[in-house]
Parts: sequence; C-alpha cells; structure tokens
Amino acid sequence: MYFVVAGAGEVGFHLSQALLESGHEVTVIEADRRRANFVQERLGSIVMNAPADEGRAQMEAGCSRADALIAVTGDDAKNLVICQLAKLRCHTPRVIARVNNPKNEIVFKTLGIDETISSTRVLMNVIEQELPSGGFMPLMSLAGSANELIEAEIAIGTPPAGKTVGSLRLPTDALVGGIIRKGKLLHADDETKLEVGDRVMVFAPTASESEVRKALMG
Amino acid sequence: MNVVIVGCGRVGGFLAGLLDSEGHRVSVVDIASTSPARAERAWFQHLPGSFKGETILGDGTDLEVLRQAGVERADAVLALTEGDNRNLMCAQIAQKIFGVKQVIAKVNDPVRAQTYRELGVNTFSRTTILGTLLHAMLQEDREVGEVLMRKALAHEADMVHEPVKAR
Repeated sequence: MYFVVAGAGEVGFHLSQALLESGHEVTVIEADRRRANFVQERLGSIVMNAPADEGRAQMEAGCSRADALIAVTGDDAKNLVICQLAKLRCHTPRVIARVNNPKNEIVFKTLGIDETISSTRVLMNVIEQELPSGGFMPLMSLAGSANELIEAEIAIGTPPAGKTVGSLRLPTDALVGGIIRKGKLLHADDETKLEVGDRVMVFAPTASESEVRKALMG
Repeated sequence: MNVVIVGCGRVGGFLAGLLDSEGHRVSVVDIASTSPARAERAWFQHLPGSFKGETILGDGTDLEVLRQAGVERADAVLALTEGDNRNLMCAQIAQKIFGVKQVIAKVNDPVRAQTYRELGVNTFSRTTILGTLLHAMLQEDREVGEVLMRKALAHEADMVHEPVKAR
C-alpha cells in the first residue's frame, strides 16, 4: 500500500519507519528543512521538504493515488486542514488525524474527519479501566448533524444518584436513550430511577456537552 | 449585533474597535501566552483605548473558550489569527457546531481560501484582496479603489486620534 505521512516529528518518523519495514511505500512531508534532512539520512529519499497543509505539496506527494494519508504534526488545526484538503482536493480514500488535545476528537468527527488517534485518550482509557469512579465519555458524533452520543457512569455522591431521569438537569435538546445496568440494556423514561454504576446513554448537541457533563457528573 | 472576533492582531483590533464604536457587542479572543515575558496587556494592544467589549485570553479553537466569548448567541464570528489553519478550524467550529449564521475566516493562502469557500466556509485572502485593490487603484477600476481607500482612510484617521490606553 502507499501511505503519505504528513509531519516528520517523533511520531511521523517512527511511523514511517515502521510502515517501510512492513513493506509499504511511504512519502513523508516535512516543512522544516533540517528535520527533513535528518529523516532523509535515516530512511532514504522518501522525504519531501514542503508544507503539508498546502494543496500543491499534497498533489506532488501523490495523495491522489495514496491508499491513506496520516497527519501526525503536533498542531491539531494543521492536522485537521491537512486531512480536509487531502479528502477534498486529492480524494484520498482514507485520512487519519493525530489529535493532540483529546477534546478535539469530537470536533474533528463533526467536521468530517472520522478517523482520529489521540495518545492522551489511549492512555486515559488504559488508566480509566483501573479506576473505580464513574466516567464521562463522548462516544461518537452522529453523522450529518451536530449531535453526539455520550456515555456517563453514575458515581456515588453525585446529584443524579437515586434520582429519576426526569429530574436530571439536562439541556432541553438532550435525550436519554437508555441505561446499561449490570450489563443489561434498560429502557429509560422520566420515571426511571438512576442507580450508582448505571451507564447512561445520552444523545445531545455537541455544543452542550459541558451542560450534560454537569447534569450527570455534578 | 453580537460579534466574536478571534485573533487580536492589527486587523482584529481595528475591526473590533470599529464595530464597538458603532454600538455592536464585541468580544475578542486572543491566545494566552505561556511565556511570562509577555504580559496580558500585550495581547490586546491593538484594541483602541475606548473599547468597551470583552477580552478573553484563550485558544480560539477550544469550544469552552468560544462559549465564554459568547459564540452561542453570536450573530457573527470572525477568525483573524495569524494562522490559516487555526482560522479555518475556528470558523468551521462556529459554523458547524454552534450554528453561527455569519462566519468569516482570514486565510492568506489563496488556494486554501478557495478550497474552503467551495466547502461553504466564507474565507478571504489578504493576498488577493489587497492585491486586487492595489491593482484597481493603479488602472482600469479607479472608482472601486478610490471608494474603498476613502473609507479606509477615514477609519484610520478616527483610530489615530484615539489615545491608546494600557489595558
């Protein structure tokens, strides 16, 4: 397969090396000349010294015949634009963005970039599984709208524990879709009482995420 | 009109002052400096001393910061930072997540400006606008150039007369 890697920092460098080692064809785009030279000395002439967020550089790198483009710079806004440009201008079939600030995952999804990787999120998921307390997780954005699906676990001592769904102070345009209690999916109406450990599934506008968090986590 | 301006450089500061003086509700967002050498006031130095709107220190691509700036009840959001990508991200958030009606992003790279315009994001490129204006002034379209210049010079005169207050 042919991959274009945008950004030759630590992540881009090691990713390119790994892809090459597993027999793939790779082009790395790096704007900084010194860094581009450094990588070229180690990986061979697969490096293009150009700004990856410009359409022309992406064309030259062959994004239109690439199987995938992976944007791994340290700047989220840049990764977003690199991916959007590749999708729009070069019709690259698969674009993947590194997200440095995990809050941006949902933003990227809403803006049409479905595949994101956040190292912070990966680490957090590993750690969260070890923690006994409840969690609040935006699971996915809902395609074609500015809404998302959120999962929240009701923790001890938070306002919703023991209260009914109807008494939650959710924003008016949020919907409780169901509850997972002890592994079983329950229907939720206004009269349903919430117990500690319940995982509540909420559909809500992405913009009101913080209000949903406040209502469910205290 | 409620207006949020992200990026308080020369253009952002100028426009914020202009809208504020016309009675609009303006809030200005500029990125917080991590270096202690640059004090807070340095970031809003391009605002006129008479500015009555709000100033918010923070990242204009952060949903929480935008909310603080009042994006939810904004009639217009203008993304005017030095970074094309940041402006494009901010504009798309305002438009697609917060549903702001009028959103404009400053994008200096004309190719990117055009691509995003096709995607429905209102963009303008300083390069092409200034270039076109100068071109019009030099030759065939003197009228357009002169009208624009007269307006610009009048605003400029107003701004110069106002003493800049340390904020």
